[in-house]
Amino acid sequence: MNTLNPAVDTFEKSIADVDRAQVKVDVRGLNFFYGKTHSLKGVSIPVAKNKATALIGPSGCGKSTLLRTLNRMYALYPGQRAEGEIMLDGQNILGPGVDLAKLRARVGMVFQKPTPFPMSIYDNVAFGVRLYENLSKPDMDARVEEALTRAALWNEVKDNLKGSGLGLSGGQQQRLCVARGVAVRPEVLLLDEPTSALDPISSAKLEETVMQLKADYTIVIVTHNLGQAARVSDYTGFMYLGELVEFGPTDELFTRPATQRTSDYITGRFG
Amino acid sequence: MSAAKLARRRIGDVVFKVFCWGVTGLALIALAAILWSLLVQGFGGLNLDVFTMSTPAAGSRGGLANAIVGSLLMCVLAMALALTVGILAGTWLAEYGGRSKYGAVVRFLNDVLLSAPSILVGLFVYELLVAPFHGFSGFAGAVALALLAVPVITRTAEDVLLLQSATLREAGVALGAPFSYVVRQIIWRSARGGLLTGALLAFARISGETAPLLFTALNNQFFNKPWFDLRQQTANLPVVIFNGALSAYDDLRRLAWAGALLIAATVLAVTIVARIVAQEQKRS
Repeated sequence: MNTLNPAVDTFEKSIADVDRAQVKVDVRGLNFFYGKTHSLKGVSIPVAKNKATALIGPSGCGKSTLLRTLNRMYALYPGQRAEGEIMLDGQNILGPGVDLAKLRARVGMVFQKPTPFPMSIYDNVAFGVRLYENLSKPDMDARVEEALTRAALWNEVKDNLKGSGLGLSGGQQQRLCVARGVAVRPEVLLLDEPTSALDPISSAKLEETVMQLKADYTIVIVTHNLGQAARVSDYTGFMYLGELVEFGPTDELFTRPATQRTSDYITGRFG
Repeated sequence: MSAAKLARRRIGDVVFKVFCWGVTGLALIALAAILWSLLVQGFGGLNLDVFTMSTPAAGSRGGLANAIVGSLLMCVLAMALALTVGILAGTWLAEYGGRSKYGAVVRFLNDVLLSAPSILVGLFVYELLVAPFHGFSGFAGAVALALLAVPVITRTAEDVLLLQSATLREAGVALGAPFSYVVRQIIWRSARGGLLTGALLAFARISGETAPLLFTALNNQFFNKPWFDLRQQTANLPVVIFNGALSAYDDLRRLAWAGALLIAATVLAVTIVARIVAQEQKRS
């Protein structure tokens, strides 16, 4: 252990603070490359089960990149590769022979911009379910209602399920995307700056939704909004230039940051 | 800046503007003249017989019914062939191989085909489907038309698919859907307005083509027997117009004008529909 740098000590300690038995996703020594650009450098971070973990840091620090390794979204693009280990319930998802479609059914994702599919609200929510389950009409109806309720959208759309998903407002579209992700009952839900394209009221609604989802899902949320990270997350990781600078319980990281850099970032000295 | 220089600029500005207006006017006058003679002569030849009777011999009653049916049959078959090939090829270019070297070659060849003279396409199909079977046929005509429509559809399909956002693809994949499923269920659906526009433009392109049909479908004085059997040489509007226009008989020439008017009206209608669809797409 490097005693010359007390910050590193604290950092190591707080990772250890997470109860290992409660770790859902364990990222170990992750390196990521966009072609020749080395954009994640030896990142290790535990993601606790049924908690929300926030990733914060300035633009380009690698937080979205880290998020996109957790469901291997990067694999869509040739030239992008990840090295290291990401253990999901003890299985390395970066290893060979991983069924990507099944992985993504277990690890859902909501994007920065709302991405409703060009179909009805009902079909948007049922889309993912139909891929893996053969539900009867009443069962599917129940599943759609459950997902929309969880995403706090049911009351607004229950009379218009056949209407186009594209006809909803931006905030509603984003909650529709949450509902669509939740409907397939994933174990982990990844949120990539889910409120950055939304107005304050819609953002608040979405945050509430995220808080409620924690009971049943493991959540990783990337956000530029420090207040949001403080409000919704249990653990926070601060990233800078492709490295995880600090990680710990959210209240500790925000009140007693261990490193100067973290302190500077959360007090708004740079960003 | 000197006053003289400013004055020179102002004059240059006016001259350029007048020139632009003039040239535009010239183009519009030419277009108006074409449409005017088409309307006057076309309506002159139009009557009920045109839609109910087959190609006449000179001096007797007759119409374009067999040619209209033949053209429709060949165009529909050609579009079915061309849409299948064109949309799949465009999808391959946009979603799979477009960035590879092979993709670049395919795109280049498609662009060459896009501007290939239609008479070459006709000759090619003649060698491929007419000469070996010792007979002209509507099928060969449809294949020739399809070859002209494929590059148009491929091009527009690639363009409109590339317009669909990357996050839409990622959102589908993120739900655990295989990529091909995302393309078929989400991307195609999202791009359907643009795909339809491309199809209509291709249809407009092939509906008046004469050269490729001269070598393939040729012509037929009568309906095919049975009327939908494209294994025989098949009547069609462009070739009937071609023959009629060259004939020495006034009644055949009038019929040719009527046929030209029908094609122009169809193309106009199709173009308007394509415009409306494109607008709808933009709004949603």
